[in-house]
Amino acid sequence: MRWIETRAALLFISPWIIGFLIFTAWPVINSAYLSLTDYDVINDPSFVGFDNYVTLFEDPKVGLALRNTFLYTVMSVPTQLVVSLGLALLLNSATKATGFFRTAFFLPKMTPPVAVGILLLMLFNGQNGLINAFLGVFGIDGPAWTTDPDWVKPGLVLMSLWTVGASVVIILAALRGVPQELYDSALVDGAGWWKRTLRITVPMISPTLFFLFIVDSINALQSFTEAYTAFFGSGNTTYSNDAALFYAIYLFQQAFEFLHMGYASALAWLLFIVIMAITAVQILVTRRFVHYEGGNP
Amino acid sequence: MRTPLVRWSVLSVSLALALTSCAKGTGGGASAPAPSAGQFNPGASYSGTISVMGFGATDEIGTTRVDLAKKSLGGADVKLIEGDLDIQQFLSSVAAGDPPDIIYANRDQIGTFASRGAIMPLTACVQGEQIDTSMYNKNALGQVTFGGEVWAVPEFNQVQITMANADLLKEAGLTIADVNGSNWDKVTAAAKKLVKTPGGKLKVIGFDSKLPEFLPLWAKANGVDLLSADGKTAQLNTPEVVKALEFAVGIYNAQGGFAKVKAARDSADFFGKGNQFAKGELGAMPMEQWYVNVLNDVSPKAPLAFDTFRTPQGQPLAYSSGSSWAIPKGSKNAGAACRFAKTMTLVDTWKAAAQARLDKRKADGKPFTGILTGNVQADAEIEKMLTSGGEPWDSGVKAFYEANKNTFSLPANPADSEFKTAWQDAVNRVLNGQEEPQAALDKAQQDAQKALDEAWAGWTKRTN
Repeated sequence: MRWIETRAALLFISPWIIGFLIFTAWPVINSAYLSLTDYDVINDPSFVGFDNYVTLFEDPKVGLALRNTFLYTVMSVPTQLVVSLGLALLLNSATKATGFFRTAFFLPKMTPPVAVGILLLMLFNGQNGLINAFLGVFGIDGPAWTTDPDWVKPGLVLMSLWTVGASVVIILAALRGVPQELYDSALVDGAGWWKRTLRITVPMISPTLFFLFIVDSINALQSFTEAYTAFFGSGNTTYSNDAALFYAIYLFQQAFEFLHMGYASALAWLLFIVIMAITAVQILVTRRFVHYEGGNP
Repeated sequence: MRTPLVRWSVLSVSLALALTSCAKGTGGGASAPAPSAGQFNPGASYSGTISVMGFGATDEIGTTRVDLAKKSLGGADVKLIEGDLDIQQFLSSVAAGDPPDIIYANRDQIGTFASRGAIMPLTACVQGEQIDTSMYNKNALGQVTFGGEVWAVPEFNQVQITMANADLLKEAGLTIADVNGSNWDKVTAAAKKLVKTPGGKLKVIGFDSKLPEFLPLWAKANGVDLLSADGKTAQLNTPEVVKALEFAVGIYNAQGGFAKVKAARDSADFFGKGNQFAKGELGAMPMEQWYVNVLNDVSPKAPLAFDTFRTPQGQPLAYSSGSSWAIPKGSKNAGAACRFAKTMTLVDTWKAAAQARLDKRKADGKPFTGILTGNVQADAEIEKMLTSGGEPWDSGVKAFYEANKNTFSLPANPADSEFKTAWQDAVNRVLNGQEEPQAALDKAQQDAQKALDEAWAGWTKRTN
């Protein structure tokens, strides 16, 4: 009986397993092999041992790309979390048209990332952009967001807020799960809004925040499309900006522009190791701040 | 307990080994047998369907030529895979042994494709189909000649001319001669006179030197190419290039900095009737000739002035670029592909396409401003067909035909993308205020030379 169930289960999940083996497992194993070769797509890969990995440490652009990516991650992840939480709290306290607002907040997430990249160039245009026009209302002479290397990453971080809709919806779902009696008890004890938020809301939704923290970090470390569109691939322009050279962009250039597939595979494996290490550190450091109702695992 | 574990381990390792062994490409590099002239017979008829990647017959120039090329095949059908050539898709198809029959690529991509064995040399195609290569613009042909062989059939030519707003020039007491590049001090002075920055906001760009893309033009005007004639030595940090970059960046600095110019440039309606020239927001710039047609279409009343781009010695100069037809290694219809490329670029084909364009323009009540075909004989024939659009458009057309006779180009090389990235990154670092021209170009020289050395070594290894 058990064997029949197992066989049925395997049968039902076999499409996924086959897809996983062909489209994920094989490319992963293959890229590990290619990272030890010199390969240009057309000609047979030639084995070069660990040369590509040695080159990684000698290539100044790898350091630059990693630095840019880390800085962007450090700036964008907390900003996105705070803004998502703020919007979700607002939505949670709304009494009318919550469905409309939930949709409205989520809609920008549906914008294709390439369009977001183009939008960035328009909104953050130093001369005629809406952002600087808005700052001008307060007498602030806005920076050159799209050309000044010091302001390129902050611009990208602000633009990343365009797509916080998904996080807002996830946090909102978590907020709806916080037992009302906890707030009632706190109210009886005279706790104000801030205290209730900090002492009840945040601890109760901390597993969700933790999940978003990890997922957003991984996404930020793999950032590509918006920055590539805005600073490396839009139209016929040959303008680019080192400050926006994220690791995934450099990897893409090596693989698909310079056809250094072996080296790009080594870059991909380094990124994988870096993300694994950062995620492990994040889990170790932050898990004591995460509260699970059923007890911490 | 141990048995399933061992079984799974063996299976996993076997799978991994099998998969990694599959990782070997199917390409044979330059070791594939060379095609012979006998494969390409001008009297042969072809059947079946030939697939064309990277070309869309989106206007009368394209459709007229494709119709004639299709007719020349004697029965074979033509399937267009439209959109710009997707390099990854193309190379993967070659590696998988299932390439398109012919591709439409930028000429500066040919060296990279040829050096990696992704396309076949056209020596046999040229001989067999009796293609007279002397009809092609020699710079265009140079861009697709690699290792002593022609690897693609060139077509179209893009050249730069000087475009200016005549009203702004007049208002500032200037003429087109002040902004055509013939005197760099005058260009800088003109930029300062033309620029308008009320309240610190850049309202009118005086002169846009079109960096980063036009560094090769400014460098050549100053007497040097970015790459040696054999395509092996980068010449990015020579005093002439450094001076050219300092000058071109200096023009931006004289107008409040590149950031402001780029922001103004980015927010302009480049292809619309609200373009910078029509709205009086740009004094002058060097620009490719096709923009004359755009301006004529969208803002025929704009107060424009044209001249060739000129060297400090007063000679017209333009950097030539364009497209080309190449036959992938493994093409199943190489003979038909060769005929297709030949017919697409024949003088009579171009004349027929030009006539179709002329008829259309006439019906729209607009002048026929010509086509730069990359074929010198066709250019001469088409020049005779031009119709007047009055001034300033006739001057614009005259300028780009003159520029077309005074072009230069960079040679095909196996590391074109890395080479371009090296110098463009250097220019961008200077424009972004991160480095000085000399330091930026020194670094670019190192990066570019390293990439060239490695790529040429790879080519030597594959061909020996």
